[in-house]
Amino acid sequence: MYVYTVATLIGIYCILTLGLNTVTGMAGQISLGHAAFLGIGAYTAAVLMVTYHWGFWPALIAAVVAAAASGAVVGGAAIRVRDDFLPITTMGVNFVVVAVFLYSPFFGGAFGIGGIPSPTWFGAPVGKPGFLVLVVAAVLLTLAVNLWLLRSWAGLALLATREDEDGAHAAGVDVRKFKIAAFTIGTGLAGLAGGLYASCLTFISADDFGFPFSITILCMLVFGGIGTNRGAIAGAIVLGALPELFRPLAEYRMLTYGAILVLLMRWAPHGLLGEESALWRRLARRRAA
Amino acid sequence: MLLQQLVNGITVGSLYALMALGLTMVYGVLRILHIAHAAVFTLGAYGGLWAWHVTGSFWIALGCAMASAVAAGLAMERWVYWPLLGKPPIATLIASIGLFVGLEELYRIAAGPQPYAFALTPRLPELRWGPVLITPPQALVISVTAALLAALWLLLVRTRLGLALRAASQDRDMATTCGMNVRRVVAFDFALGSALAGAAGMLVGIYYNSVSPTMGDVAGYKGLAIIVLGGLGSIPGTVLGGLIVGVVETLVIGLVELPLPRDAWAFVAMIAVFLIRPQGLLGGR
Repeated sequence: MYVYTVATLIGIYCILTLGLNTVTGMAGQISLGHAAFLGIGAYTAAVLMVTYHWGFWPALIAAVVAAAASGAVVGGAAIRVRDDFLPITTMGVNFVVVAVFLYSPFFGGAFGIGGIPSPTWFGAPVGKPGFLVLVVAAVLLTLAVNLWLLRSWAGLALLATREDEDGAHAAGVDVRKFKIAAFTIGTGLAGLAGGLYASCLTFISADDFGFPFSITILCMLVFGGIGTNRGAIAGAIVLGALPELFRPLAEYRMLTYGAILVLLMRWAPHGLLGEESALWRRLARRRAA
Repeated sequence: MLLQQLVNGITVGSLYALMALGLTMVYGVLRILHIAHAAVFTLGAYGGLWAWHVTGSFWIALGCAMASAVAAGLAMERWVYWPLLGKPPIATLIASIGLFVGLEELYRIAAGPQPYAFALTPRLPELRWGPVLITPPQALVISVTAALLAALWLLLVRTRLGLALRAASQDRDMATTCGMNVRRVVAFDFALGSALAGAAGMLVGIYYNSVSPTMGDVAGYKGLAIIVLGGLGSIPGTVLGGLIVGVVETLVIGLVELPLPRDAWAFVAMIAVFLIRPQGLLGGR
């Protein structure tokens, strides 16, 4: 049973890293507050299901919409902010969101929200294996959204914005529109992860969605290879499973993450499977031969 | 009552300013957000506490706090920031976050998660002025901060090194072209900022009588909010921003009941400033 929970959580990490990859990897907008949108999704779903007795599916959709709407607002603020300021702004958003959850009785305050129901499938509860299937389906859906985005004109516009904002603007790309779109899609995906997270753990509290978790998601993405979908998934799986496989590592998890980030940036900024990483180039060469 | 709150606010505000100055100085010269500055600050608190336990002297403790912070700052500059210069800003930022997260965890493992008391009672008189009371720790914080700020000002305005630092922060490439050893100026910049952060760490430890691995969290994030308020890279703006945040925070908390914790308000203010005046309060650029 424990294996199912771990696998489900890793699936949720995959959705989070893929969403962050849309914002930071593709559009180049550094967000240090991704966990805030996970929290907005989780709290929306939890309040709707526990306080207002909504079903799982409408609550999940509401979670996506709520997170995407807040993401659009932050994205709208982001276009006013110079590049350097965006990380601090998103970090500030993360703190304010956690503080609101922690201090508002409507969101359960310091006690969090418990007793969140599991989803049902034609009247029967799905159980842990069923939930895992659900999460894997959600990961595939997320991947499909990202692949579609990457191959569309919009994806090209996002990449152009990342590489050279002024150049993209001069070439006729509406940079502001695409920045907001990237934020909306990426945070909407985080909202999807949040709805699933709340239902998977049946209990949430504000501390689950703090700045350290935003860093964890960013670390997974950078480790796997920022800017690529395969990197996002590989990072979530490897760094999500490591603390479970090596118990001593769980104790020093943040130390490990910190060391990984510094060492990677210093010597291998493309991560494990990024476009220019040594491992990926070797794989690509083998496939070509 | 209001005057008393003002004194409390200025004390807290001067600690914020001291902490944020290093952030502003590093941003001014290198255009990077030095998130790991908060870890330097915490190291200063531990270094000062250790030296005080060993020697029992405030001045030796302050020296040790600043020296350990300078060593950490220089090591970061030498092995992380300088090699990453010229890479995309995201690489530096992520490395800086990694340093911060890792070091904070290292302090937790080395010193334990529990807070230590820093029961240093300064041998200063209690200043009473009608209903206003300035406690010895407050007098200590305000006087040490004022002395450090004055020293910093003299250093920047009256010495060749200070001139070089100001030149490098205006235009690093031009400074290099003019034959300045920018490498050394950057190291000096880090040393100066880290020394101030180390002193701030120790003073915060004394003022709140507590030193813990996570004490850099709030201070660091608030420091970022303050340098934004003051206009990134502006030294007078940062001092002003620190004092404003300290005073407003203390006054508002003392006067009205608020639905959010005090630390969240600094961020609300910061986001508001971003939207209304993106260049900061005193920022010209």
